[in-house]
Amino acid sequence: MELENKPGALARVSQMFARRGYNIQSLAVGPTERPDISRLTLRVDCSEHSFEQIEKQMHKLVNVLRVVELRPGESVERELALITVGAPADKRAELIALGEVFGARVADIGREALTFEIVGRPEELDAFEELVRPHGVRELARTGRIGLRRPGPRPPRPNAAVS
Amino acid sequence: MTRMLGADAILRSLEAEGVEVMFGIPGGAILPTYDAIARGTTVRHVLARHEQGAGHMAEGYARASGKVGVALATSGPGATNLVTAIADAWMDSTPIVCITGQVRSDLIGTDAFQETDATGITMPIVKHSWLVQDVRELPQALKNAFHVARTGRPGPVLVDIAKDAQEAEFDFSYPDEVDLPGWKPPTKVHERQVREAAKAIAEARQPIIYAGGGVINAEASAELLALVEAARLPAVVTLMGKGCLPDSHPLNYGAPGMHGSKYANWALNKSDLIIAAGVRFDDRVTGKVSAFAPGAKVIHFDIDAAEVGKIRTADIPVVGPLKLALSHLTRELKLLEAEKEKTVDRTAWHAQLQEWRALYPYKYRRTEGVLKPQTVIERLRDLTASRNEDVIWTTGVGQHQMWAMQYLQCEKPRTFITSGGLGTMGYGVPAAVGAKAARPDATVICVDGDGCFQMTNQELATAALERLPIVVVIINNGWLGMVRQWQELFYAERYAETHLTKQVPDYALLAEALGCAGFMVDNEDDLDATLLAALESGRTSVVDARVDPDENCYPMVPAGAASVDIIELPDEELDPERIVG
Repeated sequence: MELENKPGALARVSQMFARRGYNIQSLAVGPTERPDISRLTLRVDCSEHSFEQIEKQMHKLVNVLRVVELRPGESVERELALITVGAPADKRAELIALGEVFGARVADIGREALTFEIVGRPEELDAFEELVRPHGVRELARTGRIGLRRPGPRPPRPNAAVS
Repeated sequence: MTRMLGADAILRSLEAEGVEVMFGIPGGAILPTYDAIARGTTVRHVLARHEQGAGHMAEGYARASGKVGVALATSGPGATNLVTAIADAWMDSTPIVCITGQVRSDLIGTDAFQETDATGITMPIVKHSWLVQDVRELPQALKNAFHVARTGRPGPVLVDIAKDAQEAEFDFSYPDEVDLPGWKPPTKVHERQVREAAKAIAEARQPIIYAGGGVINAEASAELLALVEAARLPAVVTLMGKGCLPDSHPLNYGAPGMHGSKYANWALNKSDLIIAAGVRFDDRVTGKVSAFAPGAKVIHFDIDAAEVGKIRTADIPVVGPLKLALSHLTRELKLLEAEKEKTVDRTAWHAQLQEWRALYPYKYRRTEGVLKPQTVIERLRDLTASRNEDVIWTTGVGQHQMWAMQYLQCEKPRTFITSGGLGTMGYGVPAAVGAKAARPDATVICVDGDGCFQMTNQELATAALERLPIVVVIINNGWLGMVRQWQELFYAERYAETHLTKQVPDYALLAEALGCAGFMVDNEDDLDATLLAALESGRTSVVDARVDPDENCYPMVPAGAASVDIIELPDEELDPERIVG
């Protein structure tokens, strides 16, 4: 959704979700092409409350300017993750090769562990996480997905490994 | 453009909005504004005795007049004392603007003296709020605040103004336009939806209108009456909607819900088409939602899209202002009727509703020598009617409120003012004071409970000193009656903490101490005379009406039950001669 970039605007949205019992799975917020408007991208669990109902409640907030549903296939979604994985010397090469397949960069490296940085579709991040898990995930941070509607009627670009 | 202090700008802004009365209590953080009041304003200030009282007064004022109510308080405890009234206005969609002082901007967030995060605390219970720290933002904030409070579905807003903003000097001019790019409440209705609704109504064999508070908020009572009469549609009217259709109208089947009548609940549950207007399928009306009106399609008219389909799927949603929607609907129905050769025969449905109404009236058992609460309310109703009094009723919350709903007759909107959604005990007296400020020409009568009265009675001093005379009739049974009823019926008569006693306090004496006239009555013979004395005293009067403590409120839909399974007054020892409807 597009929000007025005013103090308290984000608090009001998350407050409303909490009050109504809508489950937020991820949330990312930041500036847009206009300085007075922020973009908030939410992943919402619609099993209990319909998307329609949630959307209608969002529209009642004064700071909310626009709400758009990002449907799979109709939108471009990306997410960034930092994953610190246990990496003893004998496993290091294997891990780095695995990272290359997914386009994950090594952001930092230590004696016993290394930190991957990966950007891509949320599903790719999920897959990468699965694959490195046997190596021992020390810490994981994900930004939550952001997305925009696809700009045109062309079929979507096949997702390259490089962001 | 005029150079002035922020505090003066607040008052000039209120004046520009057409505010005539405001209710409040001064304090440190709002002192500059009160100084501006002292230096002169056309807005009348009513000094309350508790900020909760001021808030409920603003609500009563708004409900009685249709205008936005205004409450003023200081920071810290002043603001927190307003919270209950704000939550109440939120639940019942009452337009009020609450202006609170806040500590100086450089002190915000430091736990300063009397500092609270008023906007944070009230966030879930306001339509929107503003924290003004820069005086130049003040006029636009107030302009926006009034607009948000009164447009779309009405409700409360909060404007929290830092003390230094009140004390700062700037060039003031009141904006002509609001600045709310994200605020677009509907101003039209979809003609196609209205036509769909009209077609469905024309074909329905057992239609019922379900009308509520939204009709009054929308000022659509005339349109509702026109619809009812043009299409000969029966209607049930909720607690919050009482008066939106005259209670005396033969097609008005009264209140449904937990303590509504059996016939109104059956009218809803047995219908094949519910025409919902300005209502929200509240649990007090529906009972068990999955069992509510299983055979009915639903047309839902409301200005708030989020309400449509929230509890019950709307087969035909019509979002938009009710005034427009209902008048368009009537027009479409007339067109359809002109086109059709044969209209659906509803004689059987009407006959059925009338039969149910005759079979299941409100009733209670009269007992020799015991004053019944329902009798007090009936006598109030009949005395004021015989005197052609223009009455505005307010109530507290509890058994007395339900009896007031059942037995009072309201013919016009904005004459029955009660706390429905939040169910705030103590609402009655301050709301009555606010209503009197809005309608000094009317007779304002608060039907209160003894439990409720003890919560906000100090506002009687406000009524006395501000010359806003009201009449308060306390249905005094010495208990927290509704809670006691539940303990009796569902907690095996384990009466935990519900006994108040009838004599402490001595209500008539308390009234005198607060500058009012006090009366007591505990029998039917003296009832009329006592009520008349109170009505004719010309001052704020309190009648301590001591009634049967064992009386329970029937009919009743037990919690969790389907509203169609409403329970009537148990039949044992039913003497037909002694039952009065």
